[in-house]
Amino acid sequence: MAILELESVDAFYGRIQALRGVSIKVDKGEIVALIGSNGAGKTTTLRTISGLMHPHSGTIRFDNHDITRTGPSTIVEMGVCQSPEGRRLFPRMTVVDNLFMGAYTRNDKPGIAADMDRVFTLFPRLKERRTQIAGTLSGGEQQMLAMGRALMARPKLLMLDEPSLGLAPILIETIFSIVREINAQGTPVLLVEQNAYKALEVSHRGYVLETGSIVQTGSGKELLASEDVQKAYLGM
Amino acid sequence: MALLQRRRMRDRDAMIYGVLLILALAFPATVLYATGSSALISQAGHAGTFVLLAIGLNVVVGFAGLLDLGYAAFFAIGAYTYALFASSQLDSSPLHHSFHLPFWLMIFVGMFVAAAAGVILGFPTLRLRGDYLAIVTLGFGEIVPQLSYNLPQWTGGINAIGGIDSPSLPAWITGPWAGANNIAIIRPDVCPVLGSSTKFAPCFSFGFDPIAFYVLIVIMIIGAVILVGNLHRSRLGRAWMAIREDEVAAAAMGINTVTTKLLAFAIGASFSGFAGAYYGASFGLVSPDQFLFLVSVTVLVMVVLGGMGSIAGVIVGALVIYFVLNSILPQLPSTVESLANTFGLNSLNVQNGDWPGLAQETQRVSFLVYGLILVLMMLLRPQGIFPSRVREQELKHAAVQEDEAAVEAAHAG
Repeated sequence: MAILELESVDAFYGRIQALRGVSIKVDKGEIVALIGSNGAGKTTTLRTISGLMHPHSGTIRFDNHDITRTGPSTIVEMGVCQSPEGRRLFPRMTVVDNLFMGAYTRNDKPGIAADMDRVFTLFPRLKERRTQIAGTLSGGEQQMLAMGRALMARPKLLMLDEPSLGLAPILIETIFSIVREINAQGTPVLLVEQNAYKALEVSHRGYVLETGSIVQTGSGKELLASEDVQKAYLGM
Repeated sequence: MALLQRRRMRDRDAMIYGVLLILALAFPATVLYATGSSALISQAGHAGTFVLLAIGLNVVVGFAGLLDLGYAAFFAIGAYTYALFASSQLDSSPLHHSFHLPFWLMIFVGMFVAAAAGVILGFPTLRLRGDYLAIVTLGFGEIVPQLSYNLPQWTGGINAIGGIDSPSLPAWITGPWAGANNIAIIRPDVCPVLGSSTKFAPCFSFGFDPIAFYVLIVIMIIGAVILVGNLHRSRLGRAWMAIREDEVAAAAMGINTVTTKLLAFAIGASFSGFAGAYYGASFGLVSPDQFLFLVSVTVLVMVVLGGMGSIAGVIVGALVIYFVLNSILPQLPSTVESLANTFGLNSLNVQNGDWPGLAQETQRVSFLVYGLILVLMMLLRPQGIFPSRVREQELKHAAVQEDEAAVEAAHAG
């Protein structure tokens, strides 16, 4: 059962083609990794899914709806939530206010309160710092907040863009174990990472992007074992 | 800590509102008693227009973070909407028919026309960000007065629209402060004609009672503060805040950024249109040079200086700037002149060759003084007189970062 399906998606920045016939799918309950080097089109793929840009051709289906031309706010309401690259918190709001912004499209107060508790259980550090201004958090705490904020939308699909970027190795461990925990609680995750090793380790399946096209796909273990992947991304 | 601070801010704002309200209530009677004339009350009504403008612009600039440099254009649109449909101006237009619609209808029509203009301008331009939006609004602010200069058959051009109908204000609006009897009680010499009381203010010619206009603007400001305060705390207010902080992140949260920014623009414009209709009615004359770029800048200065995003702050900012512009600066020459006399520097007051005399010279540099006052205020309180919580944090945070950077640089060196 695919929750998200991209079919031969082409996307352009002006005249420059960023995605060439990208087809990926995420099944319910899966963690799917999208790996590739800088400029391969990972973030562009996420942007086309979340509606921040629209594909030139091809279709995107989410939860049995065609969302190829749908605007970002509607897509969030449908249940796709992204923790954007560079975290993009609201730096002058408190931790709690940031989390509330994540639940912007929702109306059910008890549900929001329950999810706030859930986020605080996942990230006890955030609970300690709930009234602190987000801009004054450490990098790891900011990443936790970005993920927590994305969870507040109670997404049917969580998209994480470079969650390990700029974090200390010990924090990267924590972040990825939380990704696994979120997934175990039933949320499918689409994970975009440069840290290919870590990403493939936690993922059920993975896709390798190179200059805008998918060059390889397989289960996380297969890709980790693949020679091409090892050479290009794992430095072995 | 943040919660505590939030409470402290709320207490501070409540106190400012309280003080302002008491001052506003005591003002007319005090002025009448002290000066025996209502000139100051009429000026206060005019200042109130600017307070209303500042509250409106604060929604656009302070809440949503959109720099609008053409705010006076919406003010003009509101004023002209009222002036055209509540005077004999359209008799001489190609229409050959004038309307004289009631003020109470037209003030809302003016509001909606201005809001519509805001939407029409905003729709194609709000995709722009920062400086680009500022330039487009700057252009719009120039276009509107130019239009009224160059469409004399409709707007009277440089000759302005005069003889604008005064609103018929219900008796209760003039309140217990005004009316012949009250004035007579306070100052019998001001109001000799007792008993010939019409239902409005018998001491002044009908419709030109400044107290009535004063009370009206105070009521409008109170309404605006309640409305904008609720907006600020609403879902929409949070969306504005998010957009101001980071537009891409806001979109990722599911906020429709175009609609939300458009709403800020339209709501800001509607306040301006509302204030414009009031201004047209209270002044009785609408001409293009009342809506030049200087007005937009003045209102922006009021907002920035009062404390962007803080409603109580921008009200105080508007009053302070209005007072500086309309009271301190005009009186400066004579004050300086008499000061020179007290200190025995009489010779400075005499014109001599290139020296025009101290009073004249002060007059010439009065805008330099204004600039100096602005620079000083910004240096002393860069966050505004009464900043909003977020804005205060922002500056504190920036200062901390700068300090850290300086420390790091020192270590590196």
